[in-house]
Amino acid sequence: MKKEHDELINGYQDKLSPKVLDEIRDNVPADVTKERLTRIMEAVYAVYSQAKICPGECVGLVSAESIGEPGTQMVLRTFHFAGVAEMNVTMGLPRLIEIFDGRKLISTPTMEIYFKKQYGKPEQVRKFAVEIKETVMHEVISDSTLDLLEQTIKIKVNEVLIKDLDLSVADVAKLIKSKIKHFSVNIEGNEIELAYTGKTEEMKEIHSVKEKIKEIKVRGLKRIKQVLPVKRGEEYIILTSGSNLKDVLVLEGVDVTRTTSNDIHEIRNTLGIEAARRAIIDEACKVIGAQGLNIDLRHIMLVADTMCMSGAVKGITRYGIVSEKASVLARASFETPLRHLINAALIGEKDKLSSVVENVMVNQPVPLGTGLPGLVTKMK
Amino acid sequence: MVEVHKKIDGIVFRIFSPKQTVDSAAVKIITPELYDKEGYPVDGGLIDTRLGVIDPGLRCKTCGGKLKECSGHFGYIELARPIVHIKFVKQILDLLRSTCKFCNRILIPEEHIGKYVSMLQKVGDEEGFEARRKKIKTIVNKYKLKEKCPHCDKKQGKIKIEKPYSFYEDDVRLSPIEVRVRLEKIEDDDLEIFGFNPAMLRPEWMILTVLTIPPVTMRPSITLESGERSEDDLTHKLGDVVRINQRLFENINAGAPEVIIEDLWDLLQYHVTTYFDNEISQIPPARHRGGQILKTLTNRIKSKEGRIRHNLAGKRTNFSARTVISPDPMLSVNEVGVPMKMATNLTVPKRVTEWNIVYLKKFVENGPKKYPGANYIIRPDGKRKAITDETKEEILEEFDTGFVVERHLMDGDIALFNRQPSLHRMSMMCHKIKVLPGKTLRLNPLVCAPYNADFDGDEMNLHIPQTEEARAEAEILMLVQTQIISPRYGLSIVGCIQDAITGNFLITGEESIPREEAIDLLYLAGVDDFSKLPDKKIISGRELFSVLLPKDFNFTGKDKSGDAVKIVNGELKSGLMDKANLGQESGLMLRNIYEQYGPEFTADLLGKISKLGINTLLKKGFSVGIGDVDLMAETKKEIENVVVVAEEKIDALIKESKEGTLELLPGLNMQETLELRIMEVLNNIRNEAGDIAMKEAKESGVLTMAKSGARGNILNISQMTAVVGQQSLRGKRIEKGFKGRTLSYFKRGDLSSGARGFIKNNFKSGLLPHEFFFGAMLGRDSLMDTALRTPKSGYLYRRLSNAMQDLKVEYDSTVREANKKIVQFSFGEDGLDVSKTEGGVINVKKIIEKVK
Repeated sequence: MKKEHDELINGYQDKLSPKVLDEIRDNVPADVTKERLTRIMEAVYAVYSQAKICPGECVGLVSAESIGEPGTQMVLRTFHFAGVAEMNVTMGLPRLIEIFDGRKLISTPTMEIYFKKQYGKPEQVRKFAVEIKETVMHEVISDSTLDLLEQTIKIKVNEVLIKDLDLSVADVAKLIKSKIKHFSVNIEGNEIELAYTGKTEEMKEIHSVKEKIKEIKVRGLKRIKQVLPVKRGEEYIILTSGSNLKDVLVLEGVDVTRTTSNDIHEIRNTLGIEAARRAIIDEACKVIGAQGLNIDLRHIMLVADTMCMSGAVKGITRYGIVSEKASVLARASFETPLRHLINAALIGEKDKLSSVVENVMVNQPVPLGTGLPGLVTKMK
Repeated sequence: MVEVHKKIDGIVFRIFSPKQTVDSAAVKIITPELYDKEGYPVDGGLIDTRLGVIDPGLRCKTCGGKLKECSGHFGYIELARPIVHIKFVKQILDLLRSTCKFCNRILIPEEHIGKYVSMLQKVGDEEGFEARRKKIKTIVNKYKLKEKCPHCDKKQGKIKIEKPYSFYEDDVRLSPIEVRVRLEKIEDDDLEIFGFNPAMLRPEWMILTVLTIPPVTMRPSITLESGERSEDDLTHKLGDVVRINQRLFENINAGAPEVIIEDLWDLLQYHVTTYFDNEISQIPPARHRGGQILKTLTNRIKSKEGRIRHNLAGKRTNFSARTVISPDPMLSVNEVGVPMKMATNLTVPKRVTEWNIVYLKKFVENGPKKYPGANYIIRPDGKRKAITDETKEEILEEFDTGFVVERHLMDGDIALFNRQPSLHRMSMMCHKIKVLPGKTLRLNPLVCAPYNADFDGDEMNLHIPQTEEARAEAEILMLVQTQIISPRYGLSIVGCIQDAITGNFLITGEESIPREEAIDLLYLAGVDDFSKLPDKKIISGRELFSVLLPKDFNFTGKDKSGDAVKIVNGELKSGLMDKANLGQESGLMLRNIYEQYGPEFTADLLGKISKLGINTLLKKGFSVGIGDVDLMAETKKEIENVVVVAEEKIDALIKESKEGTLELLPGLNMQETLELRIMEVLNNIRNEAGDIAMKEAKESGVLTMAKSGARGNILNISQMTAVVGQQSLRGKRIEKGFKGRTLSYFKRGDLSSGARGFIKNNFKSGLLPHEFFFGAMLGRDSLMDTALRTPKSGYLYRRLSNAMQDLKVEYDSTVREANKKIVQFSFGEDGLDVSKTEGGVINVKKIIEKVK
């Protein structure tokens, strides 16, 4: 494209959105004359300004309606069964509720781990998958007995399984030793014997140690319960059940730019609020798309922005966004009205009647849309 | 016109001090009695006429107003002993715990206070009042470990609470009097640290010494048919409070033993507590004599049926009507057919001027019974008079300019039309009235989608706006044609349905139509200008349809089958008109027409298109029958063969799995792998069988409907003609039922297709009993799903709308909250209104093509 054309298009940077400008650049024929381009730009600008949203428009309510209305058409229980190899993920209405609630614990946390090109070979990916999967001690031991008289614990290690993990019995013993105090560790074949060296004769304590050993992490990353290498398009990725973004992102070979989790709070804590906002939008879109519903992205964006406005992910619940409203009556009209009224009385709060419900309550015009402008001319 | 002369600027919430209570009271209540022997309210009783009146005829002694003039006045009672206000127990406990027993200072060392104040302020601003209180607790707890007051260095007691309202310090009960004394001594400066506003309240007011008595208008008694009076729950409760309070007074004055006084005091505390809240978990709720639980103050305010959500946020209206709806395709899209009975009951106020006095006089002359008449007139002095045979003469005599006539509805009047649940803004639209005979509200089937209405007994509501302002707003902003484009996805939501689509699909596919017939059809569709019709004897369907389109309309798109639809200069060149272009929730063609020619034209065109479709079917005849789903014998064989092959495959798979030779899929065990593989095979059967059936399918009504998108789809047809297919429950084959089997009809552990919910019959041939049962299982499951989903999604919707209802676009194009916090700098990052875009985007390509 000619330079002067570029300049002409760039001149509209303040007036048009970047996406529209890009589209013009892509679609304008190469042999366009300057005059025609000028006319095109003007025509686009005219259409664009026609489509601009009007001040006073109650976008919040329109967005809420746009998401709430198709919600009634959603299927409650849908299971992901698109391909053969997919993780079982909550979808449908329950997932949408989960996202908008801003829950700390979600029912099916998963990650999609992408790899940099040079690390993307199938065998590399498969090896990586085995390495990150969390393996706990009780998965690799076949038997554990407690001798109360001798105050010893005997652990039988499943050698076959250990071999798969590329570990030896000695490695396991070392691991136990590093985690447990007041015990001496001896290895006999595939048996590990722990003898108590402490002074107290607390039976309970020994017993609890035995249980504690079972929970020792042998291998992998915390919370990654299952791994599934799959082919997505041309490359191999790993789907996991359980999410641990923070630890995965620092591993070698992981493509940091594309690897994601579906746990919004985790994304907020590792990547920040902007990423969390993006995650809310993406996750909500995924659910809506899977149901074959058509909701404009802008509505979901607005919900995500409302949730992330304060810098933390706030759910759309009585504890989240709603509790932060400026108006006492607006809060009271949602849930737990008395709590809000009493707290308001304690600090002597004033409701300035600046939002919608309060004005409905006192029979006054609502400060939205046509309720916003006043007439300058006074009626006689 | 009533002018607005008052505007509420704000509402302050605070606690009443005892002094304020007494000052604002009109009367001190001293006796629990309600009426004297003559049945008049007792002075100083709970329904003292100084508190307001609820009987017609009586006058309020405080303001002299009659019923409805006087809104009531508050009273008070003096409590013999202080009582803990149940709603403030938590706050009282916090204050007691975090202040010194002796010097009543906050238990934070002087030098650290400043540091915490700013921190607390921040927490309070960011996370709210409750978070702030929690923070204080943790801070105080930190210093509490020392068990000594940092100010006076004395040892502190441990404050405990025995729910709901008794305080203990080191196992010694603190009476409300003692608590109150402590609260009194807390300094204002310390209170501020707690986040209380000392200018507004003192903590000792949380312990009541006087109790406000609400006016009688707030708790009216009702007279039963027997003439007996039945008092409101609140009056009952207050009666208890007053009675016990009197007893306590008497006992104290008579010098009764402390035990008796304590007992009465506790009883008074109980009554006052239940007066405020009758749902406290630790104490038994107060009941009526019959055992019914009393509804006291808290119950009145909270929940969906409470004051706030039911009465304050939920408004009701007059001039509204509701009845069953039925379709009328001959109405225009923006019309609503109103039965005569409604039209003579609902009215529109019209002001009499010198220009319309003769015209309006006729309405008055007609009276309420003869249409079009009038029901009421409003005189310039504001008096409202019913027009009856008796008053008619009189009214006509004084009838002059300045009167307002409430005349019957007439064609073209503005009305709001609504169907619940009102889930989006298109659930309430403005229609123009068309008075029709009959008893139902009539609407054009084109607007079924936005209302989500059908005619299986649905009812809808109608409201007639009464002021000029409301009418203007309704007409400009809410008229049906202004709502054609949904703000949800930027495409048309109003569109043709059912027969209208089938008809247009058939007519645009027609090659030769005699000219006479064509003109006939167009005329029925409402066209009266035939100049666009080519001057030929035989006219094609496309040419016929093109007559409806404007001459300079250009459009390229796709129809349902994927073929190109091309409209050049108002001529439909190729493609068929089907759901993809005419239907609801799609209709790109409609979107383009809307953009170019505006709402009125689109609405009109839609009406014409739908009428054309319907009349086409009327002329051609269109029907479905059982023969439509017949198949030839060979085809049937072929389908049967598909099923047999698949079953063999499944048997092979089962065998493989038993032998353990089945190759496992990643991440799955043997059973899961087998299930998945079987599912794969089974899902293919239906598709394959369907394809075979469709190959044979002859032109039939059923097929036409499916092809045009009017009703049904290919899957439905193949289920009728070929095989119904696998019934899957929650993404799996059916496995519920008996041990190891779905029904007792099968052997245990049978994994074959039929035993796990595969239906190999089709709907025409009929289902076997067990197949029918599997179908019923699926049906029941989907019923459950719907029943569970509705409240869940309803709650999500309520939360969303509550959280976002006051976000609006400001004049600087930012999206802000009610307290002007910015949510977005520009709505949706580009500031576009979805309902003004094409499916959410600006079609740059189209503009570039257009600009030469």
